[in-house]
Amino acid sequence: MATQVTLKILRYDPEKDKKAHFETYEVEADPLDRILDVLNTVKWYKDGSLTYRRSCAHGVCGSDAMRINGRNRLACKVLVRDVGGDTGKKIQIEPMLGFKILRDLVVDMDPFFEKYKSIKPYLINYEDAPASSERLQSAEDREIFDETTKCILCGACSGSCPPYWSNQDFIGPAAIVNAHRFIFDSRDQGSDERLAILGQGEGVFRCRTVYNCTDACPRDIPVTKAIEQIRRAMLYNR
Amino acid sequence: MYRGQSGMWLWILHRLTGVGILGFLFLHIADTYLVGFGAEYFNELLFLYKNPPFRVLEWFLVGAVLFHGFNGIRVIVMDFWDKAVDNHKLLVQITIIAFFVVWLPSGYFMLKPVFFH
Repeated sequence: MATQVTLKILRYDPEKDKKAHFETYEVEADPLDRILDVLNTVKWYKDGSLTYRRSCAHGVCGSDAMRINGRNRLACKVLVRDVGGDTGKKIQIEPMLGFKILRDLVVDMDPFFEKYKSIKPYLINYEDAPASSERLQSAEDREIFDETTKCILCGACSGSCPPYWSNQDFIGPAAIVNAHRFIFDSRDQGSDERLAILGQGEGVFRCRTVYNCTDACPRDIPVTKAIEQIRRAMLYNR
Repeated sequence: MYRGQSGMWLWILHRLTGVGILGFLFLHIADTYLVGFGAEYFNELLFLYKNPPFRVLEWFLVGAVLFHGFNGIRVIVMDFWDKAVDNHKLLVQITIIAFFVVWLPSGYFMLKPVFFH
């Protein structure tokens, strides 16, 4: 049954505004609608200037990460009832912290992807692949890095990380997760290169085990655990 | 503002208690420095530490040291023990309980001589 939902959205237009400011919208929504649906209702029927990213709308592309009621979430994975929107509570929507706001809920992801690229997120193997088959791997070896293969690069973890907010050089949890995916891959030979990058001042040892990243990840990746595993790999040289 | 979980609040408290302890360290360096001018100067200043409100502040200082210590152990345990990361919430609870179990009785022993002598 449709109810009245109040949205408080942080707006910023670089051509008009000196500072970001909140604007409030009242729209009709179903408790089972997603926050993305409600944003679409605002954009399509109330204020066409509202700007946000969305693509697949099914929690796979990672475009619509934003702060919903103070926590980084994908707008396409949070229902109105999950945040109490159907019980009259205001739903506050802001862009992620730690990124430059380009407009409204759209943030500049370029530095994020530069950090991602810096950890060499691809298989490195200096030997030729066997001519007759693929590079095989046991199920047990595949299991070791299974969780970190799930990353969709939405940025929710990095945007929830206090050291990432305060230090623009910190590589951030998302890049570390993607390094983990290859460091612990038995077919990969680039672990030493990646560990050397992550062992620098702005690498894994900037993590303060705050745990916001683990809570924010829409794919339920144990991000803090992955970071700790890389730290231990460095400490114990394994 | 980000609505972080328990880990974020412990991290903020860890920072604040660290700065608080550092502040006391400077005060302590300043008061022991007075010994260099003679015992009478140093003894004069000791009234500060016998002052009831200052004793309450000292109790909070002990709290800061205890919290910083217990939380520091929690962080170290997580760095070195894989299972600890899986049991993050339990570790947070143990840290908070251990802190109060030591800090509250310390208040009895520290404040009793000042307020109930």
